[in-house]
Amino acid sequence: MTKEKIIKSFEKKPENLLLALHSLQENNVNHYLTKDDLMEISKYFSLPYSFVYGVASFYSMFSFKPRGKYIVRVCKSPPCHLMGASSIIDELKKVLRINFGETTKDNLFTLEFSSCLGVCGVAPAMMINEEVFGNLTPQRIRKIIEEKREEK
Amino acid sequence: MKITRNHILFVIDTDSVLNGAYSVMEEMRKEIENKGLSDEIKILETGNLGITGRGVTLVIYPEGTYYVNIQKNDVKRIVEEHLLKGRPVKDLILKREVLFKGATLERIGPGREQVRIVLANSGVIDPENIEEYIGRGGYEALEKVLTTTKSEDVIEEIKKSKLRGRGGAGFPTGLKWESARKSSGKEKYLICNADEGEPGTFKDRLILEGDPHKLIEGMIIAGYAIGTQKGYIYIRGEYALSIERFNKAIKDAKKYGLLGNNILDSGFSFDIEVKRGAGAYICGEETALIESLEGKRGVPRLKPPYPTVVGFFDKPTVVNNVETLANIAPIIKNGSDWFKKIGTETCPGTKVYTILGHVYFPGLLEVPMGTILKEIIFAYGGGIKNGKKFKAALIGGAAGVFLPENLLDAKMDFDNLKEYKAVLGSGAILVMNEDTDISDMLQSIIEFFNHESCGKCAPCRIGCKELLTTIKNIRKGKEGQESLTKMISLSEMMFSTSLCPLGQSLILPVKSAIENFRSDFEQKMI
Repeated sequence: MTKEKIIKSFEKKPENLLLALHSLQENNVNHYLTKDDLMEISKYFSLPYSFVYGVASFYSMFSFKPRGKYIVRVCKSPPCHLMGASSIIDELKKVLRINFGETTKDNLFTLEFSSCLGVCGVAPAMMINEEVFGNLTPQRIRKIIEEKREEK
Repeated sequence: MKITRNHILFVIDTDSVLNGAYSVMEEMRKEIENKGLSDEIKILETGNLGITGRGVTLVIYPEGTYYVNIQKNDVKRIVEEHLLKGRPVKDLILKREVLFKGATLERIGPGREQVRIVLANSGVIDPENIEEYIGRGGYEALEKVLTTTKSEDVIEEIKKSKLRGRGGAGFPTGLKWESARKSSGKEKYLICNADEGEPGTFKDRLILEGDPHKLIEGMIIAGYAIGTQKGYIYIRGEYALSIERFNKAIKDAKKYGLLGNNILDSGFSFDIEVKRGAGAYICGEETALIESLEGKRGVPRLKPPYPTVVGFFDKPTVVNNVETLANIAPIIKNGSDWFKKIGTETCPGTKVYTILGHVYFPGLLEVPMGTILKEIIFAYGGGIKNGKKFKAALIGGAAGVFLPENLLDAKMDFDNLKEYKAVLGSGAILVMNEDTDISDMLQSIIEFFNHESCGKCAPCRIGCKELLTTIKNIRKGKEGQESLTKMISLSEMMFSTSLCPLGQSLILPVKSAIENFRSDFEQKMI
């Protein structure tokens, strides 16, 4: 769908702003919002650009930087922390050779922290795009990342 | 109409996958299809049940039979004997005495009896099939309300039931509804708060995904009682499956004339719109949620005025938690007297808990209000795994309280916990074994709050940062005793001056960690 079509699929009410931002971001191959996206939205909803930017930058699910094909979101809230999230975090940094907030050179992986994923029964946990992985260990991380690399 | 007779829960975790869980599950699927049982038996994937080192593990419900070390060639026997003839395959069943000395599965862990109101249908019905919900008495309460009850009487019944909000604050639901009903103006709103972000909590997700129609029914009844035709549900952005399921449930309810215009020919109309969050913990606070719903940054408002007077787009608004609303239909259907027989005098009903951390059976349970904490940890949670000793339980979520062993006799409800300077919060119980460093856990909590503080008010914005610097320095051995006093007084200041519960509640973990586990901090001091 074109950008215009996506935006126009929402009724012109300010309460639809978040949904419109979500849709545009999901439509982008690199999972992020461009300046142009925010401009279009601001025009359509008749809201100042600064307001739209203020809203989008408040929420952690929106990104203004291009991201990889796979967004790896690691939970580090207390339950996952207790069950060993820090060793998962270290392993991911080692395997992907990037820091949190960065994207690999081949544009395949972006590493992010996430708030509680709500799967604490299988902590420590992470999400790759919409897929949840629980009961993680450093060995398992290597295997999962390897598999994703092969899938491409 | 399809009725699922059995559910087979396959444990999918590192252990079981390495032992071939997926191929055994595939084999099971084929075998069930061969026998023509696909309509009656459902295979579900589940997380670790706490039974480790026993290969591929599966549980058959409703019997609750645990099978362990299952190989591909065992599948045929289980299907033929257990599922077709109803005879459990004895030699494959988990030997009870193996689990615990002197404890059986009926007494310990997920097999122990619970009292389920909110989760009565979860895991029993197909949540995507409205007929299964109706088949279990669903939408009867709605029919009763719309055909025979005046909206004032609905509020009266909820007031009599003494139902209190399950979002954490425990405010009487009936009074909240009454306040919105009495507020002036025709335009009013109902909002279901499904922005479940409290670390360690996933009860609302399981209600949304396991029994969405119960929530829809509760929302329509609430809408009728407070006099509105418009409801919103604000679901966490991360909960993709919940959003999908709930949207489908809304569509189905409309198709059956249970939602939308002129419900059941009663003349009452009600519509529900799903809104999606975008990753902000603060939006679980009701006024921040309203701001976010209006399409703004999710920062809290000053209270009063309360949302029941000035809420969504400045109109009277009721914000209720998912678990609260899931209690409504059962109360209306069975009456407030029935509800009051469960739980304690001032807090009737049940509470859904998530029990996590170093316990044998991490997971979800629903028990009456007033259940002793010790029972939840040691009977339902199975106690501490790997033969370790108990050290602490963090109850109520990240904004919760660290309790040591001598305080585990706490009766869990809104009022009793006050004696322990604790709160019920979201119902999360995080259990820690003797190897846990409480100062490390407290740092993790403060990091979380520091990240999620919205920045609107100074006490919380600056206070979180300051607390984080201090705890880091303590753990690096750069601080002395006075730093602990400073942390407590700083969080006390945040409690009395912050705008919303986020900044106000850090006092709970900070003070309880330092007071109950002081040596974990002192060890690192200069």
